[in-house]
Amino acid sequence: MSVVTVVYALLFYLATAVLVAGLAYRVQRYARTPQPLKIPTTPAPTTRTGVVLRMSREVVFFESLFKGNKWTWLFGWIFHFALLLVLLRHLRYFTEPIWDWVTLLQPWGIYAAYAMLVGLVGLWARRFLVDRVRYISAPSDHLMLLLLIAIAGSGLLMKYVWHTDIIALKAFFLGLMYFDWRPLSPDPLLLIHLTLVVVLMIVFPFSKLLHAPGLFFSPTRYQVDNPRERRHVAPWAEKFGRTASSNLSE
Amino acid sequence: MAKEPTFETPKLKEYPVIPLIQEGAMQHIKPFVAKAEFQERLGFPGELVEGWKDVALNRMGELLSQYRSVQVFLDACVKCGACTDKCHYYLGTADPKNMPVARQDLLRNVYRRYFTLAGKYFPKLVGAVDLTEEVLEDWYRYYHQCSECRRCSVYCPYGIDTAEITMAGREILDSVGIGQKYSNEIIGKVYKIGNNLGLPEPALADTLEGLEEEVKADTGVDVRFPLDQEGAEILLVTPSADFFAEPHVDGLIGYAKVFHQAGISWTLSSYASEAANFALFIGNYENMEKVARRIRDAALKLGVKRIVTGECGHAWRVAYSFWNTLIGPFDFLDANYPQPQHICEFTHSLMKQGVLKFNKAANDHRIVTFHDSCNIARASRMGDKPGGQFVIPREIIKACCNHFYDMAPETIHEHTFCCGGGGGLLTDDLIELRVKGALPRMEALKHVVDEHGVTHLVAICAICKSQFAKVMPYYGFDRDMVISVHQLVGDALDMATTH
Ligand code: SF4
Ligand code: SF4
Repeated sequence: MSVVTVVYALLFYLATAVLVAGLAYRVQRYARTPQPLKIPTTPAPTTRTGVVLRMSREVVFFESLFKGNKWTWLFGWIFHFALLLVLLRHLRYFTEPIWDWVTLLQPWGIYAAYAMLVGLVGLWARRFLVDRVRYISAPSDHLMLLLLIAIAGSGLLMKYVWHTDIIALKAFFLGLMYFDWRPLSPDPLLLIHLTLVVVLMIVFPFSKLLHAPGLFFSPTRYQVDNPRERRHVAPWAEKFGRTASSNLSE
Repeated sequence: MAKEPTFETPKLKEYPVIPLIQEGAMQHIKPFVAKAEFQERLGFPGELVEGWKDVALNRMGELLSQYRSVQVFLDACVKCGACTDKCHYYLGTADPKNMPVARQDLLRNVYRRYFTLAGKYFPKLVGAVDLTEEVLEDWYRYYHQCSECRRCSVYCPYGIDTAEITMAGREILDSVGIGQKYSNEIIGKVYKIGNNLGLPEPALADTLEGLEEEVKADTGVDVRFPLDQEGAEILLVTPSADFFAEPHVDGLIGYAKVFHQAGISWTLSSYASEAANFALFIGNYENMEKVARRIRDAALKLGVKRIVTGECGHAWRVAYSFWNTLIGPFDFLDANYPQPQHICEFTHSLMKQGVLKFNKAANDHRIVTFHDSCNIARASRMGDKPGGQFVIPREIIKACCNHFYDMAPETIHEHTFCCGGGGGLLTDDLIELRVKGALPRMEALKHVVDEHGVTHLVAICAICKSQFAKVMPYYGFDRDMVISVHQLVGDALDMATTH
């Protein structure tokens, strides 16, 4: 087993552990933190079903962003859905036999990679061209885009310019999953691509990529508009008022 | 004494223009700081405490574990910029720190520095900063240049509501001893006297008596304005501005006429003579509960069956969204009515039942438009359907008025622009901010004035009404253009027919 194989095998285990543990930690923190008051941005749905619909529109269509800024919405939406397709397409490297629907996605996956780049470049352009967005961008905001562009770019280059041995790569990943390690071919481009992905996985739970789980814990979006019907007292707030109510009845 | 600040009123443009950023444009604006006496009355330190940095960080840590909103909002922002041109204070001042995301960043950058790995080890990379005196000053400045109107939250892909961050910012400032004079003194007055204006019981009784005489002289009808009447059906809780000045008081006359026509007994309370709850503005749960509890106590003492809230934006937010949680349950009231009920819901349902008859022609000299108040539009509801807060007031207006025109769609309903004076900023030491922040609303108003000859701007919020009356002259509008929904109602109500 070559050094490269061992290093990358360990890196992927580490990255996966950090990603899963990091996200689990954040999510449990969000879940554990109470929201003491009802603050949905109204008009808001008055039923759970309504909220499910509202959240679905946010997740699938980026409804609020659409209201907010059409260019950001366009590039952002293209990027996220292209990314989704690309990720699904990559399932072929982790499944044997390949699931049928993943095979069906195959041709779209390639367009998606280009679309992803278009979305990312559009988003990055705004960080330079719009003075307001330039003002709020920290170095990490630029680097995050650079990282994603580099991942998409290195992937595309492997597809079209410097091919890598896909069969061997798949064996490597399946080996990782079943703890039966197989060699990783040390193609420079492949190693770059994989390194960048590892970086992304590790950075995820510590960065603004937390917007993904965050959306589901955003009280202005997930809360049902029913404060007159239901009380909503947080455990820490229970102590307020209880004493006062007892001395009401004079 | 501070000298009268000089500034230029922004020009009203044909089409709204998003300004280019001007760093530091509003750096000189900051409201007066509360005196020790008032801070202490609210349970805060009187002045900047020793070791304030640790106190502030501690409080921030507590807020992070008590408010999911604060925790999630500080983490989730991706700096997409969709909110940057949504704040009326940014549009009116061009100060980049008035962009919602930049306002959040004032707190977020400190959060990152002390509470996240990335900020602890790579502060420069993620823009994390140390908590210094300059940062504290920026918090004080820019958390008092946000009216907590929630407009930014409509457009944010994660629903990040800068109002929540502003409240957290003010709460931290209060916890180290720096509070805003205007809001904190007012809360103190409520504790001491029962209302924001500090109007004591005898003065209130006197005012109400005067109103009875006035209405009698005007209409020949004995419309009552009862105070502390035990056994009344309804307790009306309204902003104390309604007792005091034009255009508010004409709204109060309108409510009284509606009660009179409906033949339902009602009363005001001298103990709970205030619907406003400025503790919302400073984001302090405990004080908000304390202010609200006076109303529950009054309702129990007077033995009323229903509670109706007068025209006030943030008061309705607190009443609608928080009362049940803070001071509920209202199991001692009549279960047939939602608790609490907005005066517009009340009037609207009577209107639908045919109890109220209107003589629309009485308002024919008025061509009106309607200003959706932020807290009603984006933080509460009326009626049983989402968006009822937009429909109900408009239906009332149209029922008693022949000439109604809405302002541009992107400036009403959930997109409505703040009047510029909400969130505890309705104070003369912030007049420059208030005038500039009113720009987007004034532009939209100008359009309907030019196009439809609109003569009156109808509002359902005491703060909006006061703010407009003050700043509209800066833009060349008459201050008398501002009028209450229930003034239109009162003027058109046919008092001759009895129920
Ligand atoms: S719209 Fe939301 S995510 Fe985008 S910059 Fe503003 S606060 Fe951040
Ligand atoms: S809540 Fe309103 S005033 Fe505050 S930042 Fe958002 S848009 Fe501006």
